[in-house]
Amino acid sequence: MIQLEYVLIISAVMMFAGVYGFLTRRSTLAILLSIELMLNSTDINFAVFNRMLHPEGHEGYFFALFSIAISAAESAVAIAIMINIYRMLKNISVDKLEKMKW
Amino acid sequence: MEYTLFILLLPFLSFLFLGLCGKWLSHKVAGLVGTFSLGAVAVLSYLTAFEYFTADRVNGVFETLVPYNITWLPLGSLHFDMGIMLDPISVMMLIVISTVSLMVHIYSMGYMHGEKGFQRYYAFLSLFTMSMLGLVVATNIFQMYLFWELVGVSSYLLIGFYYTTPAAIAASKKAFIVTRFADMFFLIGILIYGYYCGSFGFEFDAEGFAKGAFMLPTALVLMFIGGAGKSAMFPLHIWLPDAMEGPTPVSALIHAATMVVAGVFQIARLFPLWIQYAPQALSIVVWVGVLTAFYAAAVACVQSDIKRVLAFSTISQIAFMMVALGVCTEYTTGHHHVGSLGYMASMFHLFTHAMFKALLFLGAGCIIHAVHSNEMFAMGGLRKYMPITHWTFLIACLAIAGIPPFSGFFSKDEILTACMAYSPVVGWIMTVIAAMTAFYMFRLYYGIFWGTENKELHAHHTPHEAPLTMTLPLVFLAIVTVGAGFIPFGHFVSADGQAYDIHLDPTIATTSVIVAVCSIALATYIYKGEKQPVAEKMRAALPALHRWAFKRFYLDEVYQFVTHRIIFAHISKPIAWFDRHVVDGFFDFLAWGTNALSVQIKGLQSGSIQKYAYVFLLGVLILFLIVLI
Repeated sequence: MIQLEYVLIISAVMMFAGVYGFLTRRSTLAILLSIELMLNSTDINFAVFNRMLHPEGHEGYFFALFSIAISAAESAVAIAIMINIYRMLKNISVDKLEKMKW
Repeated sequence: MEYTLFILLLPFLSFLFLGLCGKWLSHKVAGLVGTFSLGAVAVLSYLTAFEYFTADRVNGVFETLVPYNITWLPLGSLHFDMGIMLDPISVMMLIVISTVSLMVHIYSMGYMHGEKGFQRYYAFLSLFTMSMLGLVVATNIFQMYLFWELVGVSSYLLIGFYYTTPAAIAASKKAFIVTRFADMFFLIGILIYGYYCGSFGFEFDAEGFAKGAFMLPTALVLMFIGGAGKSAMFPLHIWLPDAMEGPTPVSALIHAATMVVAGVFQIARLFPLWIQYAPQALSIVVWVGVLTAFYAAAVACVQSDIKRVLAFSTISQIAFMMVALGVCTEYTTGHHHVGSLGYMASMFHLFTHAMFKALLFLGAGCIIHAVHSNEMFAMGGLRKYMPITHWTFLIACLAIAGIPPFSGFFSKDEILTACMAYSPVVGWIMTVIAAMTAFYMFRLYYGIFWGTENKELHAHHTPHEAPLTMTLPLVFLAIVTVGAGFIPFGHFVSADGQAYDIHLDPTIATTSVIVAVCSIALATYIYKGEKQPVAEKMRAALPALHRWAFKRFYLDEVYQFVTHRIIFAHISKPIAWFDRHVVDGFFDFLAWGTNALSVQIKGLQSGSIQKYAYVFLLGVLILFLIVLI
């Protein structure tokens, strides 16, 4: 039997890898990947808490499913935005995206 | 009498139609629309008068009818109403206004032919007529005030009709500001009246009036100041001579026949209150009137602009009506009650004066149309060229001079009788002023139609008689002027509404006729000839007096001094400085502060997503720490 803590450690590592990636990567595509990483780490948390602490219920699984569906939709929108940015600027690096300041 | 609503509605609709769609109408159509709607109004007014005066009297008095009265704005126990009230004086005014206005509409078709803004002109004429009609049929003092202001606005628009000439703009502003200044007192008077008497209405037997009696003299005098502004009483008369900058038919309509009598009408409307609660205050009306009549007649004797002579003669004649109202001492009419004669005389003179003064102005319009100048030196000897204008003008001059059997004789004679009964001093002063009237009118007449012809000016362009649209109103008004004196006016209008027979006092009638004839003879002696040696000698003998009178006794300069040097320089300028620097400065400071702060903090909005994310993460961590601790 795998212990709860092991799974949580993996999920925490994924989470912070995502946060680190979000803050440091310059490519918007890589930032999107980092966001997905963070989302997936929470999905793991939902699933594992449901399985370990409340095995009789299903709410955690459903939440994880919801979250996956939403992240799929979100990535579609994000990629559409990136394509448009690329068309305008021929580039998708975040430090070039300064049009929205003051 | 429900159709009386159309008397107000038709000119209003015509104003809206011509004002909004006039651009797409041809001049002819616009003129015809205005004229026909006014024609319908005139027909309705005559019908109203016929029906009203043929109805049976109740206790010897024509009943006051109120076909419409709507509560417009309720304010607690007070309420502002809008409606139509018919009583002898308002019906009489309906006839005066619609007749003169119709004549002016017809006349303008010829006079304004081909002018730019012809449709606008007709729209404003309709608006003016509507406001004046609304004023006279008002059921309460507040409605009267509303239309009173509308009259002011439309006169402003009409005087400033030639808005490209600076003189017209100045004149329209002057008229508006002076009358508006006077109207402020009128409004204060109305508020006092409403507050203390508990009503804005004209039902003077209500108990509120007895309760508010101690404030009524103040209220009435304040209202009289408003009336004095509109009726061009000294010293608020300065706008009227300048108002001649407007088109001449407008002068005929507004500044001779209708608008300027609004003040007289107001006093006549509130007459029962004056007599009952403020008989002493009436002497103010008398003396203001006497002073104005004398001043205006003196100035009229030396002016060279024909419209200006007529303007001062109007001021003088309106003052006659004011004096006639002021000399009343009692309310009951009858053979032994001479004290109330002035009321009837004033209304009678209002009626006849409206007709002959409109005639004079329209005649002056024909003359200006023919010689293209207002100045008397450009005229002279015009009787050969303009026979119709000449004869009708002569009739009007005889009427205003008070020669029987023309209408002015009858009404002026009643006024003189009333004045004599009040005090012989006032009576004799008014007789002298009547003589001056005859003198300056015939000076004008001889200057225009006789005397030396300005051959040099007429060589380019021979003066010719005006077209039919212009002469027709002249002939009509001349007929009215001849016949109006025989109307048994006392049967229709009198102070308490009882039928009253006008009877001429033989002494006064003879005196006034002799005086008028002498003045005319004097004017003939001085001004009829080709050369005018006597006039030259008089001018040489009294140069200062002539210059003072010609400059209207420098009253305009006094006003200029008071407004510009004292009020503007010492009151308005500091206030303007305070506004520019202190009030505006405070708000400028607020705006500047907000702006400076924004510049300081705008760096936070860098547009870089990752910086935002750092800040966000930092915030989350801080919250986390707070929760932990």
